[in-house]
Amino acid sequence: MSRFKPAAHTYTRTTTGWWRKNPYFTRYMAREGSAVFLSMYALVLLAGLNSLSRGEASYNAWRASLATPLAIVFHIVALAAITYHSITWFQVMPKTAPRLPFNAKMLTAGGLAAAAGCSAIILGALLWATR
Amino acid sequence: MTAPRQAKRTIEIECLRYNPETDGAPRHQAYQVPFDDDMSVLEGLQYIKDHIDGSLTFRWSCRMAICGSCGMMVNGEPVLSCHIFLRDYYPKKISVAPLEHFPIMRDLVIDQSDFLNKLDAVKPYLIPKHETPLAAGTNVQTPRQMEEYYQYSECINCLLCYAACPQYGLDPEFTGPAALALLHRYNADSRDQGFAARSDVVNAEHGVWGCTLVGYCSEVCPKNVDPAHAINQNKVTSTLDYFGLRKLLAPKGSSL
Repeated sequence: MSRFKPAAHTYTRTTTGWWRKNPYFTRYMAREGSAVFLSMYALVLLAGLNSLSRGEASYNAWRASLATPLAIVFHIVALAAITYHSITWFQVMPKTAPRLPFNAKMLTAGGLAAAAGCSAIILGALLWATR
Repeated sequence: MTAPRQAKRTIEIECLRYNPETDGAPRHQAYQVPFDDDMSVLEGLQYIKDHIDGSLTFRWSCRMAICGSCGMMVNGEPVLSCHIFLRDYYPKKISVAPLEHFPIMRDLVIDQSDFLNKLDAVKPYLIPKHETPLAAGTNVQTPRQMEEYYQYSECINCLLCYAACPQYGLDPEFTGPAALALLHRYNADSRDQGFAARSDVVNAEHGVWGCTLVGYCSEVCPKNVDPAHAINQNKVTSTLDYFGLRKLLAPKGSSL
């Protein structure tokens, strides 16, 4: 049973367009929305893996489809969105961690450094493998 | 010798007005308020009530950011109106509205009953394993044990975090930031053994899982309680509890 009864006459406001009312909410929606590009890029890679299993012709067709202007534009946009997602993801990370014995900003900085480091290693390995 | 004071200036304060007896919907009303450098927004409202329009209704008490009564939306941001100065908005006008996401009772006054019921539901008091007689003496605690919960005990129930939480706005069933932070305050207390008694609230869809980590609640909190942190730590606890691993894996020294 609820101890406190609501008032008899009140006015309830609507929440329509809530994410445009405050820049903080807009940034939150951008953070969450940028994850869509992450999944889309994962699907592109999955399609590549699938075409690889179907043989050389199929794989070459997939590679050719990546060279189209539309695919290049998509990859540039996806890279920007995923970069934004990674940065904001590490920014909220301290909120999900237990109480830390050090400054929470170090967790964000460490995460970003690790992400940048991993990206550099993968890029280096790719450049070496395809030299 | 006192410092020379700024000459009186006038700022426009636009208030959302709503009279449940006569109004179908809220309306805006603007007032011209003369102010000094040391006047808070709350004092601006008090000036209106004392000198311009006695019918303007708002809650306030301590006027020094301790009681948590005077929370309202100022230019769309949830703030304690005693905690901000008119001079910081001048020469722009300011708009004042009741806290977002709550039903309006009258003018700037919101209906808090939903929050009070949620506060009830989290059992915000120590639940010891056994009742100890007074003769047993004080319930001692190390500074580190106190550190685990102290920050969360600073909550003054001002409800700014609810006004900052779009999830609460979209789904009023969500237990919400302050109630969940206070729930954590007691769960994290070494003297408390009430985890099981509160677990239904924590583990529910409308408990910690209703939070999507917008994080604005922690930004607006005037007491740095950091409700977003309290809630998201409990997502881990709730998961461990679900798999029966809570006692095994909970951080050392915590009572979780």
